[in-house]
Amino acid sequence: MNKAKKGNMARLNRWGYIFLIPFIVVFIIFQLIPLVNTIYNSFFENYRSGLKQIGPNFIGLANYASLFTGGDLIQYFENTMIMWVLGFIPQIVISLLLSAWFTNPSLRLKGQRFFKTVIYLPNLIMTSAFAMLFFTLFADSGPINSMLMQAGILSEPYSFMSHVGSVRGLVAFMNCLMWFGNTTILLMAGMMGISADLYEAAEVDGATPTQIFFKITMPLLRPIFIYVMITSLIGGLQMFDVPQILTNGTGDPMRSSMTLIMYLNKHLYSKNYGMAGALSVMLLILTGVLSFIVFRVTASDQVKKVR
Amino acid sequence: MGKNQYNTSEEPENTTTVHIRRAVAYVVLVLVSIMCLFWFYILFINATRSNGELGRGFTLLPSSYLGENMHNIFTGTIPVVRGMLNSFTVAALSALLSTYFSTMTAYSIQIYDFKGKKAIFAFILAIMMIPTQVTALGFVNLVNGMGLEDNFIPLIVPSIAAPITFFYMKQYMESNLPVSLIEAARIDGATELRIFNTIAVPLMKPAIAVQAIFTFVASWNNYFIPSLVLHKDNMKTLPIQIAQLRSADWLKFDMGQVYAMIAFSIFPVIIVYLILSKNIVGGLTAGGVKE
Repeated sequence: MNKAKKGNMARLNRWGYIFLIPFIVVFIIFQLIPLVNTIYNSFFENYRSGLKQIGPNFIGLANYASLFTGGDLIQYFENTMIMWVLGFIPQIVISLLLSAWFTNPSLRLKGQRFFKTVIYLPNLIMTSAFAMLFFTLFADSGPINSMLMQAGILSEPYSFMSHVGSVRGLVAFMNCLMWFGNTTILLMAGMMGISADLYEAAEVDGATPTQIFFKITMPLLRPIFIYVMITSLIGGLQMFDVPQILTNGTGDPMRSSMTLIMYLNKHLYSKNYGMAGALSVMLLILTGVLSFIVFRVTASDQVKKVR
Repeated sequence: MGKNQYNTSEEPENTTTVHIRRAVAYVVLVLVSIMCLFWFYILFINATRSNGELGRGFTLLPSSYLGENMHNIFTGTIPVVRGMLNSFTVAALSALLSTYFSTMTAYSIQIYDFKGKKAIFAFILAIMMIPTQVTALGFVNLVNGMGLEDNFIPLIVPSIAAPITFFYMKQYMESNLPVSLIEAARIDGATELRIFNTIAVPLMKPAIAVQAIFTFVASWNNYFIPSLVLHKDNMKTLPIQIAQLRSADWLKFDMGQVYAMIAFSIFPVIIVYLILSKNIVGGLTAGGVKE
Protein backbone atom coordinates (compact mmCIF):
# COMPACT_ATOMS: atom_id res chain seq x y z
CA MET A 1 0.00 0.00 0.00
CA ASN A 2 2.79 2.37 0.98
CA LYS A 3 4.58 1.52 -2.23
CA ALA A 4 1.47 2.17 -4.30
CA LYS A 5 1.07 5.56 -2.66
CA LYS A 6 4.68 6.39 -3.40
CA GLY A 7 4.26 5.50 -7.05
CA ASN A 8 1.13 7.59 -7.16
CA MET A 9 2.96 10.57 -5.64
CA ALA A 10 5.76 10.22 -8.19
CA ARG A 11 3.19 10.26 -10.98
CA LEU A 12 1.56 13.35 -9.50
CA ASN A 13 4.86 15.10 -9.07
CA ARG A 14 5.45 14.81 -12.78
CA TRP A 15 2.79 17.53 -13.02
CA GLY A 16 5.29 19.82 -11.36
CA TYR A 17 7.34 19.69 -14.54
CA ILE A 18 4.30 20.02 -16.78
CA PHE A 19 3.14 23.18 -15.00
CA LEU A 20 6.62 24.65 -15.43
CA ILE A 21 6.59 24.20 -19.22
CA PRO A 22 4.92 27.51 -20.20
CA PHE A 23 7.34 29.56 -18.12
CA ILE A 24 10.41 27.67 -19.30
CA VAL A 25 9.45 27.68 -22.99
CA VAL A 26 8.58 31.39 -23.05
CA PHE A 27 11.67 32.22 -21.03
CA ILE A 28 13.93 30.34 -23.45
CA ILE A 29 12.37 31.83 -26.58
CA PHE A 30 11.89 35.44 -25.50
CA GLN A 31 14.67 35.94 -22.97
CA LEU A 32 17.41 33.36 -23.24
CA ILE A 33 17.75 33.26 -27.04
CA PRO A 34 17.73 37.09 -27.26
CA LEU A 35 20.32 37.21 -24.48
CA VAL A 36 22.64 34.78 -26.27
CA ASN A 37 22.08 36.62 -29.54
CA THR A 38 22.92 39.95 -27.87
CA ILE A 39 26.17 38.60 -26.43
CA TYR A 40 27.03 36.97 -29.77
CA ASN A 41 26.45 40.23 -31.65
CA SER A 42 28.76 42.12 -29.32
CA PHE A 43 31.76 40.35 -30.90
CA PHE A 44 30.89 41.41 -34.44
CA GLU A 45 31.39 44.51 -36.50
CA ASN A 46 27.91 45.12 -37.89
CA TYR A 47 26.61 48.53 -38.83
CA ARG A 48 25.51 50.75 -41.68
CA SER A 49 27.70 53.48 -43.09
CA GLY A 50 25.48 55.50 -45.36
CA LEU A 51 23.89 52.97 -47.66
CA LYS A 52 26.69 50.46 -47.25
CA GLN A 53 26.33 47.61 -44.80
CA ILE A 54 29.58 46.86 -42.93
CA GLY A 55 29.94 43.34 -41.58
CA PRO A 56 29.00 41.27 -39.81
CA ASN A 57 32.70 40.48 -39.29
CA PHE A 58 34.08 38.84 -36.17
CA ILE A 59 36.26 41.40 -34.37
CA GLY A 60 36.61 39.92 -30.90
CA LEU A 61 36.53 42.49 -28.14
CA ALA A 62 37.03 45.54 -30.37
CA ASN A 63 33.49 46.82 -29.71
CA TYR A 64 34.19 46.78 -26.00
CA ALA A 65 37.47 48.60 -26.54
CA SER A 66 35.85 51.35 -28.59
CA LEU A 67 33.04 51.58 -26.05
CA PHE A 68 35.55 52.48 -23.35
CA THR A 69 38.03 54.53 -25.38
CA GLY A 70 35.29 56.67 -26.96
CA GLY A 71 34.63 58.37 -23.63
CA ASP A 72 30.89 58.58 -24.31
CA LEU A 73 30.13 55.56 -22.16
CA ILE A 74 31.77 57.09 -19.09
CA GLN A 75 29.95 60.37 -19.63
CA TYR A 76 26.55 58.72 -20.06
CA PHE A 77 27.17 56.56 -17.02
CA GLU A 78 28.01 59.71 -15.08
CA ASN A 79 24.86 61.47 -16.36
CA THR A 80 22.73 58.50 -15.36
CA MET A 81 24.26 58.30 -11.90
CA ILE A 82 24.05 62.05 -11.25
CA MET A 83 20.36 62.12 -12.15
CA TRP A 84 19.70 59.00 -10.10
CA VAL A 85 21.44 60.38 -6.98
CA LEU A 86 19.72 63.77 -7.35
CA GLY A 87 16.36 62.01 -7.38
CA PHE A 88 17.08 59.27 -4.88
CA ILE A 89 18.26 61.43 -1.98
CA PRO A 90 15.06 63.48 -1.63
CA GLN A 91 13.07 60.32 -2.42
CA ILE A 92 14.53 58.30 0.44
CA VAL A 93 14.42 61.23 2.91
CA ILE A 94 10.74 61.94 2.23
CA SER A 95 9.90 58.23 2.25
CA LEU A 96 11.63 57.59 5.57
CA LEU A 97 9.91 60.58 7.13
CA LEU A 98 6.45 59.68 5.84
CA SER A 99 6.71 55.98 6.65
CA ALA A 100 7.95 56.77 10.17
CA TRP A 101 4.95 59.06 10.68
CA PHE A 102 2.45 56.65 9.18
CA THR A 103 3.59 53.81 11.44
CA ASN A 104 4.02 55.92 14.57
CA PRO A 105 1.24 54.96 17.01
CA SER A 106 1.48 58.06 19.17
CA LEU A 107 0.87 60.40 16.24
CA ARG A 108 -2.37 58.65 15.22
CA LEU A 109 -2.51 60.41 11.85
CA LYS A 110 -5.92 60.62 10.24
CA GLY A 111 -6.63 60.33 6.52
CA GLN A 112 -3.78 57.87 5.94
CA ARG A 113 -5.72 56.09 3.18
CA PHE A 114 -6.12 59.39 1.35
CA PHE A 115 -2.45 60.38 1.66
CA LYS A 116 -1.18 56.94 0.64
CA THR A 117 -3.48 56.94 -2.38
CA VAL A 118 -2.23 60.38 -3.42
CA ILE A 119 1.50 59.74 -3.00
CA TYR A 120 1.29 56.45 -4.88
CA LEU A 121 -0.61 58.00 -7.78
CA PRO A 122 2.39 59.38 -9.78
CA ASN A 123 3.88 55.87 -9.91
CA LEU A 124 1.04 54.65 -12.11
CA ILE A 125 1.08 57.49 -14.60
CA MET A 126 2.36 56.70 -18.09
CA THR A 127 5.96 57.86 -17.83
CA SER A 128 6.15 59.14 -21.39
CA ALA A 129 2.96 61.18 -20.98
CA PHE A 130 4.23 62.53 -17.66
CA ALA A 131 7.52 63.57 -19.29
CA MET A 132 5.63 65.17 -22.18
CA LEU A 133 3.49 67.02 -19.64
CA PHE A 134 6.57 68.39 -17.90
CA PHE A 135 8.06 69.35 -21.23
CA THR A 136 5.03 71.48 -22.09
CA LEU A 137 4.66 72.87 -18.55
CA PHE A 138 8.32 73.94 -18.39
CA ALA A 139 8.55 75.18 -21.98
CA ASP A 140 9.70 78.76 -22.50
CA SER A 141 6.12 79.86 -23.13
CA GLY A 142 4.62 77.25 -20.79
CA PRO A 143 2.49 77.77 -17.68
CA ILE A 144 5.34 77.47 -15.14
CA ASN A 145 7.21 80.34 -16.74
CA SER A 146 4.07 82.41 -17.02
CA MET A 147 3.23 81.73 -13.37
CA LEU A 148 6.69 82.71 -12.22
CA MET A 149 6.48 85.88 -14.26
CA GLN A 150 2.97 86.71 -13.03
CA ALA A 151 4.27 86.27 -9.49
CA GLY A 152 7.14 88.64 -10.25
CA ILE A 153 9.82 86.03 -9.53
CA LEU A 154 11.14 86.11 -13.10
CA SER A 155 11.24 89.07 -15.44
CA GLU A 156 11.68 86.97 -18.56
CA PRO A 157 11.09 83.25 -19.27
CA TYR A 158 13.76 80.87 -17.95
CA SER A 159 14.71 78.33 -20.60
CA PHE A 160 14.51 75.14 -18.53
CA MET A 161 15.34 72.94 -21.50
CA SER A 162 18.66 74.58 -22.39
CA HIS A 163 20.42 74.51 -19.02
CA VAL A 164 22.25 71.42 -17.75
CA GLY A 165 21.15 71.90 -14.16
CA SER A 166 17.47 72.42 -14.89
CA VAL A 167 17.15 69.48 -17.30
CA ARG A 168 18.93 67.10 -14.92
CA GLY A 169 16.99 68.60 -12.03
CA LEU A 170 13.67 68.05 -13.79
CA VAL A 171 14.53 64.45 -14.64
CA ALA A 172 15.58 63.81 -11.04
CA PHE A 173 12.50 65.55 -9.69
CA MET A 174 10.17 63.49 -11.88
CA ASN A 175 11.87 60.25 -10.87
CA CYS A 176 11.61 61.22 -7.22
CA LEU A 177 7.95 62.16 -7.60
CA MET A 178 7.13 58.92 -9.37
CA TRP A 179 8.86 56.64 -6.88
CA PHE A 180 8.72 58.10 -3.36
CA GLY A 181 5.20 56.76 -2.79
CA ASN A 182 6.27 53.26 -3.70
CA THR A 183 9.33 53.52 -1.45
CA THR A 184 7.21 54.86 1.43
CA ILE A 185 4.92 51.85 1.26
CA LEU A 186 7.84 49.40 1.13
CA LEU A 187 9.54 51.06 4.12
CA MET A 188 6.26 51.06 6.04
CA ALA A 189 5.98 47.32 5.61
CA GLY A 190 9.47 47.03 7.07
CA MET A 191 8.72 49.36 9.97
CA MET A 192 5.51 47.57 10.88
CA GLY A 193 7.49 44.36 11.16
CA ILE A 194 9.58 45.77 14.01
CA SER A 195 8.42 44.51 17.38
CA ALA A 196 6.41 47.03 19.42
CA ASP A 197 8.14 45.87 22.61
CA LEU A 198 11.36 47.49 21.48
CA TYR A 199 9.66 50.85 21.09
CA GLU A 200 7.93 50.54 24.44
CA ALA A 201 11.14 49.63 26.18
CA ALA A 202 12.89 52.59 24.60
CA GLU A 203 10.08 54.92 25.63
CA VAL A 204 10.21 53.64 29.18
CA ASP A 205 13.93 54.37 29.19
CA GLY A 206 13.13 57.91 28.11
CA ALA A 207 14.45 57.82 24.54
CA THR A 208 13.44 60.71 22.29
CA PRO A 209 11.65 60.04 18.96
CA THR A 210 14.84 60.98 17.11
CA GLN A 211 16.89 58.52 19.19
CA ILE A 212 14.29 55.81 18.64
CA PHE A 213 14.40 56.41 14.89
CA PHE A 214 18.19 56.23 14.60
CA LYS A 215 18.92 53.61 17.26
CA ILE A 216 16.03 51.19 16.71
CA THR A 217 14.15 51.79 13.46
CA MET A 218 17.10 52.34 11.16
CA PRO A 219 19.30 49.38 12.22
CA LEU A 220 16.34 46.96 12.07
CA LEU A 221 15.23 48.39 8.76
CA ARG A 222 18.62 47.73 7.18
CA PRO A 223 17.70 44.74 4.96
CA ILE A 224 14.68 46.45 3.47
CA PHE A 225 16.62 49.68 3.18
CA ILE A 226 19.34 47.95 1.16
CA TYR A 227 16.66 46.28 -0.95
CA VAL A 228 15.04 49.65 -1.70
CA MET A 229 18.36 51.29 -2.48
CA ILE A 230 19.68 48.64 -4.83
CA THR A 231 16.42 48.06 -6.68
CA SER A 232 16.22 51.82 -7.12
CA LEU A 233 19.80 51.83 -8.42
CA ILE A 234 18.95 49.07 -10.90
CA GLY A 235 15.90 51.08 -11.92
CA GLY A 236 18.11 54.16 -12.21
CA LEU A 237 20.46 52.40 -14.59
CA GLN A 238 17.42 51.68 -16.75
CA MET A 239 16.41 55.35 -16.80
CA PHE A 240 15.00 56.00 -20.25
CA ASP A 241 11.43 57.26 -20.75
CA VAL A 242 11.74 60.51 -18.81
CA PRO A 243 14.94 61.96 -20.36
CA GLN A 244 14.13 60.43 -23.77
CA ILE A 245 10.77 62.20 -24.07
CA LEU A 246 11.86 65.35 -22.23
CA THR A 247 14.82 65.94 -24.55
CA ASN A 248 13.37 64.19 -27.62
CA GLY A 249 16.15 61.60 -27.46
CA THR A 250 18.97 64.11 -27.81
CA GLY A 251 20.01 64.26 -24.16
CA ASP A 252 20.51 68.00 -24.61
CA PRO A 253 21.97 70.35 -23.60
CA MET A 254 25.30 68.99 -24.82
CA ARG A 255 24.22 65.38 -24.17
CA SER A 256 24.35 66.09 -20.44
CA SER A 257 21.12 64.19 -19.80
CA MET A 258 21.85 61.27 -22.14
CA THR A 259 21.50 58.02 -20.17
CA LEU A 260 22.98 54.59 -20.86
CA ILE A 261 19.70 53.17 -22.18
CA MET A 262 19.16 56.21 -24.41
CA TYR A 263 22.62 55.48 -25.82
CA LEU A 264 21.60 51.85 -26.36
CA ASN A 265 18.38 52.98 -28.01
CA LYS A 266 20.37 55.18 -30.39
CA HIS A 267 22.56 52.26 -31.45
CA LEU A 268 19.49 50.07 -31.92
CA TYR A 269 17.82 52.66 -34.14
CA SER A 270 20.94 53.25 -36.24
CA LYS A 271 21.32 49.46 -36.47
CA ASN A 272 24.84 49.45 -35.05
CA TYR A 273 24.35 45.97 -33.63
CA GLY A 274 27.95 45.42 -32.56
CA MET A 275 28.08 48.43 -30.30
CA ALA A 276 24.52 47.88 -29.06
CA GLY A 277 25.53 44.33 -28.12
CA ALA A 278 28.66 45.37 -26.26
CA LEU A 279 26.77 48.07 -24.37
CA SER A 280 24.02 45.59 -23.45
CA VAL A 281 26.58 43.13 -22.09
CA MET A 282 28.16 45.86 -19.95
CA LEU A 283 24.72 46.78 -18.57
CA LEU A 284 23.96 43.11 -17.99
CA ILE A 285 27.14 42.64 -15.95
CA LEU A 286 26.46 45.78 -13.95
CA THR A 287 22.86 44.84 -13.13
CA GLY A 288 23.94 41.26 -12.58
CA VAL A 289 26.33 42.31 -9.81
CA LEU A 290 23.72 44.55 -8.24
CA SER A 291 21.02 41.88 -8.49
CA PHE A 292 23.33 39.42 -6.82
CA ILE A 293 23.53 41.74 -3.82
CA VAL A 294 19.71 42.02 -3.70
CA PHE A 295 19.45 38.28 -4.03
CA ARG A 296 21.83 37.74 -1.12
CA VAL A 297 20.02 40.26 1.05
CA THR A 298 16.42 39.30 0.37
CA ALA A 299 15.89 36.15 -1.61
CA SER A 300 18.37 33.58 -0.33
CA ASP A 301 16.32 32.60 2.70
CA GLN A 302 13.26 32.25 0.46
CA VAL A 303 15.05 29.49 -1.41
CA LYS A 304 16.01 27.80 1.84
CA LYS A 305 12.35 27.59 2.80
CA VAL A 306 11.56 25.41 -0.21
CA ARG A 307 12.04 21.79 0.73
CA MET B 1 -2.16 48.22 6.13
CA GLY B 2 -3.00 51.38 7.98
CA LYS B 3 -3.63 49.83 11.35
CA ASN B 4 -0.58 49.09 13.40
CA GLN B 5 0.09 46.36 15.83
CA TYR B 6 1.37 48.46 18.69
CA ASN B 7 -0.82 48.65 21.74
CA THR B 8 -3.42 51.29 21.22
CA SER B 9 -4.34 51.87 24.84
CA GLU B 10 -4.17 55.45 26.01
CA GLU B 11 -0.67 56.10 27.14
CA PRO B 12 0.47 59.04 29.20
CA GLU B 13 2.24 61.25 26.74
CA ASN B 14 3.75 64.65 26.57
CA THR B 15 0.74 66.12 24.78
CA THR B 16 2.21 69.40 23.59
CA THR B 17 5.18 67.85 21.77
CA VAL B 18 2.91 65.23 20.23
CA HIS B 19 0.55 67.97 19.07
CA ILE B 20 3.40 69.91 17.51
CA ARG B 21 4.81 66.82 15.80
CA ARG B 22 1.38 65.87 14.53
CA ALA B 23 0.87 69.37 13.15
CA VAL B 24 4.24 69.24 11.38
CA ALA B 25 3.35 65.83 9.93
CA TYR B 26 0.05 67.11 8.57
CA VAL B 27 1.64 70.21 7.05
CA VAL B 28 4.32 68.12 5.30
CA LEU B 29 1.75 65.55 4.12
CA VAL B 30 -0.46 68.25 2.68
CA LEU B 31 2.52 69.89 0.91
CA VAL B 32 3.65 66.54 -0.50
CA SER B 33 0.11 65.79 -1.69
CA ILE B 34 -0.08 69.16 -3.40
CA MET B 35 3.26 68.43 -5.06
CA CYS B 36 1.80 65.17 -6.40
CA LEU B 37 -1.49 66.60 -7.64
CA PHE B 38 -0.47 70.08 -8.80
CA TRP B 39 0.74 68.90 -12.24
CA PHE B 40 -2.45 67.04 -12.99
CA TYR B 41 -4.47 70.05 -11.96
CA ILE B 42 -2.63 72.29 -14.46
CA LEU B 43 -3.00 69.57 -17.06
CA PHE B 44 -6.75 69.47 -16.50
CA ILE B 45 -7.10 73.26 -16.65
CA ASN B 46 -5.00 73.56 -19.78
CA ALA B 47 -6.79 70.73 -21.56
CA THR B 48 -9.99 72.78 -21.25
CA ARG B 49 -8.49 75.93 -22.81
CA SER B 50 -8.08 77.00 -26.43
CA ASN B 51 -4.75 77.66 -28.06
CA GLY B 52 -5.35 81.42 -27.93
CA GLU B 53 -6.19 81.34 -24.21
CA LEU B 54 -3.11 79.23 -23.49
CA GLY B 55 -0.94 81.86 -25.15
CA ARG B 56 -2.22 84.48 -22.75
CA GLY B 57 -0.70 82.89 -19.63
CA PHE B 58 -2.02 80.65 -16.89
CA THR B 59 -5.31 80.81 -15.01
CA LEU B 60 -6.55 78.74 -12.12
CA LEU B 61 -10.04 78.18 -13.52
CA PRO B 62 -11.00 75.83 -16.36
CA SER B 63 -12.33 77.17 -19.63
CA SER B 64 -14.88 75.60 -21.98
CA TYR B 65 -12.84 74.15 -24.83
CA LEU B 66 -12.42 70.59 -23.49
CA GLY B 67 -15.00 69.16 -25.89
CA GLU B 68 -13.50 70.95 -28.86
CA ASN B 69 -9.92 69.92 -27.97
CA MET B 70 -11.04 66.32 -27.56
CA HIS B 71 -12.89 66.44 -30.86
CA ASN B 72 -9.74 67.80 -32.52
CA ILE B 73 -7.47 65.05 -31.25
CA PHE B 74 -9.97 62.37 -32.22
CA THR B 75 -10.01 63.69 -35.79
CA GLY B 76 -6.32 64.68 -35.87
CA THR B 77 -3.34 63.14 -37.62
CA ILE B 78 -2.35 60.83 -34.75
CA PRO B 79 -4.95 58.04 -34.36
CA VAL B 80 -5.19 58.27 -30.58
CA VAL B 81 -8.34 56.21 -30.18
CA ARG B 82 -6.69 53.42 -32.12
CA GLY B 83 -3.59 53.92 -29.96
CA MET B 84 -5.60 53.58 -26.78
CA LEU B 85 -7.32 50.47 -28.12
CA ASN B 86 -3.94 48.97 -29.04
CA SER B 87 -2.51 49.81 -25.62
CA PHE B 88 -5.57 48.31 -23.95
CA THR B 89 -5.41 45.10 -25.99
CA VAL B 90 -1.72 44.55 -25.26
CA ALA B 91 -2.03 45.45 -21.58
CA ALA B 92 -5.17 43.40 -20.90
CA LEU B 93 -3.89 40.25 -22.61
CA SER B 94 -0.48 40.61 -20.93
CA ALA B 95 -2.17 40.91 -17.53
CA LEU B 96 -4.32 37.86 -18.21
CA LEU B 97 -1.51 35.60 -19.44
CA SER B 98 0.99 36.82 -16.89
CA THR B 99 -1.21 36.21 -13.86
CA TYR B 100 -2.57 32.85 -15.01
CA PHE B 101 0.78 31.35 -15.94
CA SER B 102 2.67 32.89 -13.01
CA THR B 103 0.11 31.26 -10.73
CA MET B 104 0.71 28.00 -12.56
CA THR B 105 4.49 28.29 -12.17
CA ALA B 106 4.14 29.15 -8.49
CA TYR B 107 1.73 26.22 -8.05
CA SER B 108 4.29 23.86 -9.54
CA ILE B 109 6.99 24.98 -7.08
CA GLN B 110 4.63 25.17 -4.10
CA ILE B 111 2.66 21.91 -4.43
CA TYR B 112 4.87 19.34 -6.13
CA ASP B 113 8.08 17.68 -5.18
CA PHE B 114 10.49 17.01 -7.99
CA LYS B 115 14.14 16.96 -8.81
CA GLY B 116 15.70 20.33 -9.61
CA LYS B 117 12.85 22.28 -8.05
CA LYS B 118 15.09 24.21 -5.69
CA ALA B 119 17.49 25.09 -8.49
CA ILE B 120 14.65 26.33 -10.70
CA PHE B 121 13.25 28.45 -7.90
CA ALA B 122 16.65 29.97 -7.20
CA PHE B 123 17.14 30.57 -10.90
CA ILE B 124 13.82 32.41 -11.30
CA LEU B 125 14.66 34.63 -8.33
CA ALA B 126 18.10 35.29 -9.73
CA ILE B 127 16.82 36.48 -13.11
CA MET B 128 14.15 38.63 -11.46
CA MET B 129 16.16 41.82 -11.64
CA ILE B 130 17.58 41.46 -15.14
CA PRO B 131 16.12 44.35 -17.13
CA THR B 132 14.45 43.68 -20.50
CA GLN B 133 16.56 46.41 -22.07
CA VAL B 134 19.77 44.40 -21.98
CA THR B 135 18.28 41.70 -24.20
CA ALA B 136 16.50 44.19 -26.48
CA LEU B 137 18.96 43.74 -29.33
CA GLY B 138 18.52 39.97 -29.49
CA PHE B 139 14.78 40.42 -28.93
CA VAL B 140 14.46 42.72 -31.94
CA ASN B 141 16.52 40.33 -34.05
CA LEU B 142 14.31 37.45 -32.96
CA VAL B 143 11.09 39.38 -33.67
CA ASN B 144 12.35 40.35 -37.14
CA GLY B 145 13.48 36.79 -37.78
CA MET B 146 10.05 35.44 -36.89
CA GLY B 147 8.36 38.09 -39.02
CA LEU B 148 6.49 39.43 -36.00
CA GLU B 149 7.16 43.13 -36.53
CA ASP B 150 4.01 45.24 -36.19
CA ASN B 151 2.43 42.41 -34.27
CA PHE B 152 1.27 42.36 -30.66
CA ILE B 153 2.43 38.78 -30.02
CA PRO B 154 6.02 39.73 -29.03
CA LEU B 155 4.59 42.27 -26.57
CA ILE B 156 2.03 39.92 -25.00
CA VAL B 157 3.43 36.38 -24.93
CA PRO B 158 6.71 37.17 -23.06
CA SER B 159 4.63 38.20 -20.03
CA ILE B 160 4.01 34.49 -19.38
CA ALA B 161 7.55 34.30 -17.93
CA ALA B 162 7.29 37.08 -15.32
CA PRO B 163 9.56 36.34 -12.35
CA ILE B 164 8.27 39.18 -10.16
CA THR B 165 4.63 38.16 -10.59
CA PHE B 166 5.65 34.56 -9.96
CA PHE B 167 7.41 35.55 -6.74
CA TYR B 168 4.37 37.43 -5.47
CA MET B 169 2.11 34.47 -6.27
CA LYS B 170 4.47 32.07 -4.53
CA GLN B 171 4.50 34.24 -1.41
CA TYR B 172 0.73 34.51 -1.39
CA MET B 173 0.28 30.79 -1.96
CA GLU B 174 2.39 29.89 1.05
CA SER B 175 -0.23 31.24 3.42
CA ASN B 176 -3.43 31.04 1.37
CA LEU B 177 -3.52 27.69 -0.38
CA PRO B 178 -4.34 24.81 1.98
CA VAL B 179 -2.81 21.55 0.71
CA SER B 180 -5.63 19.61 2.35
CA LEU B 181 -8.12 21.00 -0.17
CA ILE B 182 -5.97 19.77 -3.03
CA GLU B 183 -5.59 16.34 -1.47
CA ALA B 184 -9.34 16.11 -0.94
CA ALA B 185 -9.93 16.92 -4.60
CA ARG B 186 -7.43 14.23 -5.60
CA ILE B 187 -9.33 11.66 -3.57
CA ASP B 188 -12.46 12.74 -5.42
CA GLY B 189 -10.60 11.83 -8.60
CA ALA B 190 -10.11 15.27 -10.13
CA THR B 191 -7.22 15.64 -12.55
CA GLU B 192 -4.30 17.89 -11.61
CA LEU B 193 -5.05 20.51 -14.26
CA ARG B 194 -8.68 20.60 -13.16
CA ILE B 195 -7.66 20.99 -9.52
CA PHE B 196 -5.44 23.89 -10.49
CA ASN B 197 -8.17 25.62 -12.49
CA THR B 198 -11.12 25.03 -10.17
CA ILE B 199 -9.47 25.12 -6.72
CA ALA B 200 -6.12 26.92 -6.82
CA VAL B 201 -6.99 29.76 -9.22
CA PRO B 202 -10.19 30.81 -7.40
CA LEU B 203 -8.35 30.79 -4.06
CA MET B 204 -5.65 33.00 -5.57
CA LYS B 205 -8.15 35.58 -6.85
CA PRO B 206 -7.06 38.45 -4.56
CA ALA B 207 -3.40 38.01 -5.54
CA ILE B 208 -4.34 37.64 -9.20
CA ALA B 209 -6.34 40.88 -9.05
CA VAL B 210 -3.44 42.82 -7.56
CA GLN B 211 -0.88 41.47 -10.00
CA ALA B 212 -3.24 41.90 -12.96
CA ILE B 213 -3.45 45.59 -12.11
CA PHE B 214 0.33 45.95 -11.86
CA THR B 215 1.05 44.00 -15.05
CA PHE B 216 -1.61 46.00 -16.86
CA VAL B 217 -0.13 49.31 -15.75
CA ALA B 218 3.46 48.26 -16.56
CA SER B 219 2.44 47.14 -20.02
CA TRP B 220 0.23 50.19 -20.56
CA ASN B 221 3.15 52.49 -19.75
CA ASN B 222 5.81 50.51 -21.60
CA TYR B 223 7.59 52.52 -24.25
CA PHE B 224 11.06 51.10 -24.91
CA ILE B 225 10.28 47.64 -26.35
CA PRO B 226 7.02 48.53 -28.19
CA SER B 227 8.79 51.41 -29.94
CA LEU B 228 11.29 48.88 -31.33
CA VAL B 229 8.60 46.45 -32.51
CA LEU B 230 5.69 48.60 -33.72
CA HIS B 231 6.23 50.90 -36.72
CA LYS B 232 2.90 51.11 -38.55
CA ASP B 233 0.73 54.04 -37.50
CA ASN B 234 -2.35 51.95 -36.82
CA MET B 235 -0.42 49.49 -34.62
CA LYS B 236 1.28 52.03 -32.36
CA THR B 237 0.45 52.19 -28.67
CA LEU B 238 -0.17 55.40 -26.73
CA PRO B 239 3.37 55.93 -25.35
CA ILE B 240 4.78 55.74 -28.90
CA GLN B 241 2.23 58.29 -30.04
CA ILE B 242 3.22 60.60 -27.19
CA ALA B 243 6.85 60.33 -28.31
CA GLN B 244 5.67 61.10 -31.85
CA LEU B 245 3.92 64.19 -30.56
CA ARG B 246 7.12 65.22 -28.81
CA SER B 247 9.33 64.75 -31.86
CA ALA B 248 6.95 66.60 -34.18
CA ASP B 249 7.59 70.31 -34.46
CA TRP B 250 5.36 70.88 -31.50
CA LEU B 251 5.27 74.68 -31.62
CA LYS B 252 3.14 74.43 -34.74
CA PHE B 253 0.58 72.45 -32.79
CA ASP B 254 -2.54 73.74 -31.25
CA MET B 255 -1.39 73.58 -27.61
CA GLY B 256 -4.93 72.89 -26.45
CA GLN B 257 -4.74 69.67 -28.43
CA VAL B 258 -1.34 68.77 -27.01
CA TYR B 259 -2.71 69.07 -23.47
CA ALA B 260 -5.87 67.22 -24.42
CA MET B 261 -3.84 64.33 -25.77
CA ILE B 262 -1.68 64.14 -22.63
CA ALA B 263 -4.87 64.28 -20.56
CA PHE B 264 -6.38 61.53 -22.72
CA SER B 265 -3.47 59.22 -21.89
CA ILE B 266 -3.24 60.10 -18.18
CA PHE B 267 -6.75 60.63 -16.79
CA PRO B 268 -8.34 57.25 -17.62
CA VAL B 269 -5.60 55.59 -15.56
CA ILE B 270 -6.14 58.04 -12.68
CA ILE B 271 -9.89 57.35 -12.67
CA VAL B 272 -9.40 53.58 -12.71
CA TYR B 273 -6.77 53.93 -9.98
CA LEU B 274 -9.08 55.92 -7.72
CA ILE B 275 -11.73 53.19 -8.11
CA LEU B 276 -9.26 50.38 -7.37
CA SER B 277 -6.92 52.23 -5.00
CA LYS B 278 -7.87 50.08 -2.01
CA ASN B 279 -6.62 46.94 -3.78
CA ILE B 280 -3.53 48.58 -5.18
CA VAL B 281 -2.14 50.30 -2.10
CA GLY B 282 -3.08 47.40 0.17
CA GLY B 283 -1.86 44.74 -2.23
CA LEU B 284 1.56 46.29 -2.67
CA THR B 285 2.91 44.86 0.53
CA ALA B 286 0.73 41.78 0.94
CA GLY B 287 3.16 39.36 -0.61
CA GLY B 288 5.86 41.16 -2.49
CA VAL B 289 8.20 42.02 0.32
CA LYS B 290 9.76 40.03 3.05
CA GLU B 291 10.39 41.52 6.44
